[in-house]
Amino acid sequence: MSLAAAASQGFLSPSGVEIAFVLVGIATLGAAVVSVTTKQLVHAALWLVVALGGLAVEYLLLTAEFIAWVQVLIYVGSVVVLLLFGLMLTKAPIGRSPDADSGNRWAALAVAVAAAATLVTVVIDAFRSTWLDLDGAVQGSAEVTGISLFRHWVLPFEALSVLLLAALVGAIVLSRINRGRER
Amino acid sequence: MNDVLDVLLRLVAVLVAFLVLPLLVGQTEHKVMAHMQGRLGPMYAGGFHGWAQLVADGVKFAQKEDVVPTGADRRIFQLAPAIALLPYLVVLIVIPVGPNGFVGQIVDAGLFFVLAVMGVGVLGALMAGWASANKFSLLGGLRTAAQLMAYELPMLLAAASVAMAAGTLSLPGIVHAFHWWWVPWQIIGALVFFTAGLAELQRPPFDMPVADSEIIFGAYTEYTGLRFALFLLAEYAGIVVLCVLTTVLFLGGWHGPWSDSLGWVWTLLKSALLAFVVIWLRVSYPRLREDQLQKLAWTALIPLALVQIALTGVVKVVIQ
Repeated sequence: MSLAAAASQGFLSPSGVEIAFVLVGIATLGAAVVSVTTKQLVHAALWLVVALGGLAVEYLLLTAEFIAWVQVLIYVGSVVVLLLFGLMLTKAPIGRSPDADSGNRWAALAVAVAAAATLVTVVIDAFRSTWLDLDGAVQGSAEVTGISLFRHWVLPFEALSVLLLAALVGAIVLSRINRGRER
Repeated sequence: MNDVLDVLLRLVAVLVAFLVLPLLVGQTEHKVMAHMQGRLGPMYAGGFHGWAQLVADGVKFAQKEDVVPTGADRRIFQLAPAIALLPYLVVLIVIPVGPNGFVGQIVDAGLFFVLAVMGVGVLGALMAGWASANKFSLLGGLRTAAQLMAYELPMLLAAASVAMAAGTLSLPGIVHAFHWWWVPWQIIGALVFFTAGLAELQRPPFDMPVADSEIIFGAYTEYTGLRFALFLLAEYAGIVVLCVLTTVLFLGGWHGPWSDSLGWVWTLLKSALLAFVVIWLRVSYPRLREDQLQKLAWTALIPLALVQIALTGVVKVVIQ
């Protein structure tokens, strides 16, 4: 996203919000890169907090207030806590982990670059000349998000909830099977 | 220029409240506990009723050496108290105290904002627990994480019930929509919210993560001096935030006689009453065991919160 904004300064007027957007984007990108390259496992999780928080700020700058708070609540408040909980159960040492490197890193890099290139191209192509109307009703407020979610997107929403329920049931079944074998 | 001044004044007011209210709760806790348990210790310092005990505590903390263990992860160890404390300051900005804009800043999805930012504070305890390089700290961190994951859900569900009843996520909007009969209507949600909040703050009887008779002081075992005091301050700031939030969501905030001029007094009075209950619970109840803690959250609080949501939905449809 930061690259997209940086590349498009030619046809966007560089106002304060856009400059802030790019700067936060660069910081987010940096935190994300550090979180996958650092050799210290717990530091990686904490850099992830910075990256996810930066993303929330980007949502805010795009006036998507509701999504921003959900991002903080779910990702920073719950997913990262879960990650840290998992890490504490392992023998992650303080300092560098000797086996924190993966042999797949070049393949992973290729996939990451390809995914980023696709997304950036698609997003730029889709929203090239779209402007947010800041004078009207706020586009990303809880009310607008709720109306569009439960009026136009209610079927995908319900389908997703069924998917999550299936995942939940699956997790319980899997953990039960393992316990049965131990006995 | 006037706008800037207005924002600055509001922020300064929030900062002052953040610096004063937690200390007030701390002082009250000293005194209430001393009376309830017949403790003489906190009644000496300064003469009358031991008024200087809190000052003495502060001086004591400031004098102590700030030790970082050799094996610890230095930077994270030192950063953790700030991460634990600052979210509560940020939360106070959006909490409405009185009617007619007596609030730091109105946020459209204020309820979400408050719950999201409060969840961040727990990262501080986790960082402290891991970075201390101490097995008791690690155990404390693990218990903190497990407890947070168990109690975050009932808290969110109970808050969602109020948002449904009010039809808005904005905190001043919720207080505006309040009527007296909301108290019996939302009473289950209120109890679930308050209990889950206590558990998130790790206050007794939910203080398993810092159980001093088993794991010394949990995640904070290795901390000394001012950094330790900051963690304690975070706990009291958390009490303030929880009590004010419960007041705003479930007890009608500034509603009361002469609420137009004295609204803020009502908010503070109700919050102070809740803070007293928090302290009272600490003195009265023994600590829950870890499995009891988890069981309470998953088998009692979450079903109760769901019942409350169903009840809210039914009543809401009927009265429309």
